Amino acid sequence: MADRAEELSGRVRQAAAAASPVRIVGHDTKAFMGRRAAGAVVSTAGHTGLIEYEPTELVVAARSGTPLAELQDMLQQHGQWLGCEPPDFGGATLGGTLACNQSGPARPWLGSIRDHVLGVRLVNGRGEHLRFGGRVMKNVAGYDVSRLQAGAMGTLGLITEVTLRVFPLPEYRATAVLAVDAGAALEIMSDESRKGGPLDGACWVDGRLYLRYSGFEAAVTERLRQRGGETLQQDSAFWTGLREQQQDFFAGDAPLWRISCRSAAAHAGEGGWLLDWGGAQRWLRGAREWPGLQSLAEGMDGQLSLFRGGDREGEVLHPRTPAQKRLHLALKQTFDPQGIFNPGRLFSWM
Amino acid sequence: MAEFERNWRQVATDLNAIVDARFVIDDRETLRPYECDGLSVYREMPRLVVLPESVEQVCAVMAYCHRERIPVVVRGAGTSLSAGAMPHAEGIVLSMAKFTRVIEIDPASRLARVECGVRNLAISEAAAAHGLYYAPDPSSQIACTIGGNVAENSGGVHCLKYGLTVHNVLQATLVSVEGEQLTVGGAGLDSCGLDLLALVIGSEGMLGVVTDVTVKLLPRLPAARVVLGAFDDVERAGEAVSRIIGAGIIPAGLEMMDHLAIVAAEDYVRAGYPVDAQALLLCELDGSEAEVEESTRRVADLLREQGATGVQVSRTDAERELFWKGRKCAFPAIGRISPDYYCMDGTIPRHQLSLVLREMREMSERFGLRVANVFHAGDGNLHPLILFDESVPGELEQAEAFGAAILELCVKAGGCITGEHGVGMEKIRQVPLQFSEGELTQLGLIKLAFDAGELLNPGKGIPILKRCQEYRSLERQAPPPGAAA
Repeated sequence: MADRAEELSGRVRQAAAAASPVRIVGHDTKAFMGRRAAGAVVSTAGHTGLIEYEPTELVVAARSGTPLAELQDMLQQHGQWLGCEPPDFGGATLGGTLACNQSGPARPWLGSIRDHVLGVRLVNGRGEHLRFGGRVMKNVAGYDVSRLQAGAMGTLGLITEVTLRVFPLPEYRATAVLAVDAGAALEIMSDESRKGGPLDGACWVDGRLYLRYSGFEAAVTERLRQRGGETLQQDSAFWTGLREQQQDFFAGDAPLWRISCRSAAAHAGEGGWLLDWGGAQRWLRGAREWPGLQSLAEGMDGQLSLFRGGDREGEVLHPRTPAQKRLHLALKQTFDPQGIFNPGRLFSWM
Repeated sequence: MAEFERNWRQVATDLNAIVDARFVIDDRETLRPYECDGLSVYREMPRLVVLPESVEQVCAVMAYCHRERIPVVVRGAGTSLSAGAMPHAEGIVLSMAKFTRVIEIDPASRLARVECGVRNLAISEAAAAHGLYYAPDPSSQIACTIGGNVAENSGGVHCLKYGLTVHNVLQATLVSVEGEQLTVGGAGLDSCGLDLLALVIGSEGMLGVVTDVTVKLLPRLPAARVVLGAFDDVERAGEAVSRIIGAGIIPAGLEMMDHLAIVAAEDYVRAGYPVDAQALLLCELDGSEAEVEESTRRVADLLREQGATGVQVSRTDAERELFWKGRKCAFPAIGRISPDYYCMDGTIPRHQLSLVLREMREMSERFGLRVANVFHAGDGNLHPLILFDESVPGELEQAEAFGAAILELCVKAGGCITGEHGVGMEKIRQVPLQFSEGELTQLGLIKLAFDAGELLNPGKGIPILKRCQEYRSLERQAPPPGAAA
């Protein structure tokens, strides 16, 4: 529990004065993500602590270095959780989770951390400690700088505080398993999503479709009965393994590709695939060439990224058009005129 | 803005070469309806109104205005409640009224791609055959367009469970101030790179022109019921809201009305509201039959435990709609008991409700004007309606001063100056209540990154500090970012 915001702002001001790059980290659990970036490490790890938690307001605010696990424990004591179900990756912090826009299996139904962020404080590249957004769910004054941080991977500033909307923990959960091929799985996932109600996880891997239902026990049981199939025992191990990328599918060093696409896009066929988020997030393992995979992703109305492994010196995110690129650079300039924050982490040109 | 007298006849001629002459309006009579939006106390006549029919025309009009440095105010249905679509005296209005095509409904992926001028409700109507709908439902949903919703990040009465526009839009096509087309967001749930879509949503038409929008569609749930709870004390009603949420229930809608609003609404639509109540809660629960039965029972029990003087549960869909009708007609109902009213839109942390209402009552006496309150209780968005009579000299100014004091109070209570209506022209002077000079500078720089010439909806949303243009010219000399990589 320490407020190190002053010290962190000072580090940024020094770096800005010297125009020397910094690499912002929390616990550095996501070093594998993004491009490899150089720079003197500035860590938010010691900048921890709860700022505000009002369970009946469904709002929590904490310093960016606060471990996600600590936050989750506290929420759980009040029957709540971060509905975006972000991965812990062995010690993730709140700030890093937002910067990398990390969400887990419940994301299509409960939203992402980008959806749930209500406000941030950050140190920009001029060393100014600024506050954007707020602690209320509806707030449309000013541009949405808080959500802009999600997925920016620290290229726009050093996040010092995050305020999130939280959710009640479901009272009951159960998972149905069906042995089907990927094409059938996509159809079932789409049908299930169109029914609404207690679905909050839908993943196909290795010839099996896993459907997680959450809510009142009576409603979940009823839905399981309608769905049919086998009920998975100790199902939380499956969903945790999926969230933390610890299942067999994720083992080994082969490059891990991610396509974020239209959820009902046709299955891409051969290769090792895992379909999550009801089909909206598709994982592929193996050494592949960018151009082929990129056009595959575009055919699915999707975007490709090289999530883990492979060449981290080249581009790892779906390319931006010239117009998008210009806006990226113009925005970067407004937050970080010296280009000191995580240069090259997101794209080689930024 | 204009340091020279522009030849508007020439501008009209030039625009006629881009857009069909019938759709370049320059006569005062036809221009008149465009002089204001839903907040009609703010008025300005535009020089011209242009109604393009294709994205190519939008690009060409923007490129032309950019070259000629002509201010552009983009307009959807003109339902803004913050004068966000009020014209610029030396500019044109770009009306998107002709962009009304539903481009695609993809029921399997549960999304719709529509042009920006499609009305909010029309999306749900187009998706209804598939059992799907578009969730955000601002009270103007019959008339307001999705493009305007994107500009304002519109909410509605179901935000607590289903989110605002920003949670329900996947992708948009944007025409930049230079007239260049680009896509922000994607058809999937997450996109790569900086989240430009998040910046555009709620940007009040200041960053670009949205021409089409891809939205998420949600399944219509099989069951919904409304629980009405009457209270003889506003504070107790507020406490009941906290208890419902604390019990782990997220209602689809959770609204509160105060005595004056209840009486006016009941008098207008006969919804069966208890007119002797000091506060009324409307709590809608939706889901499967089993879920709704369970949650309705729990909410009704909680309300009774909290000392509700009356609890009613809708028995039919018709009754549920009637219960809602009173709430949805609250604004016009107030319009019947007062010659004019001024609708405010602050958000507060819910636990500050009784404090805020108490202070508001004191202000009401001080300013000598009545105030009725309707409240999106679930998400803390307060709509005080200040009753006044414009024909009485000084009352409008008094109402505006009262409104400004309410916004200040909301910020003091830990909230914000606008929950869903936007800053527009109306609240531009209150923006500094919520942001420091450094924050305003950062926001101004974002604006200039998209629109360096300040041509898009100038004078609205964010006051652009002088510092911003100085920083821009100064920092441009600095080495380009990423040079170290």
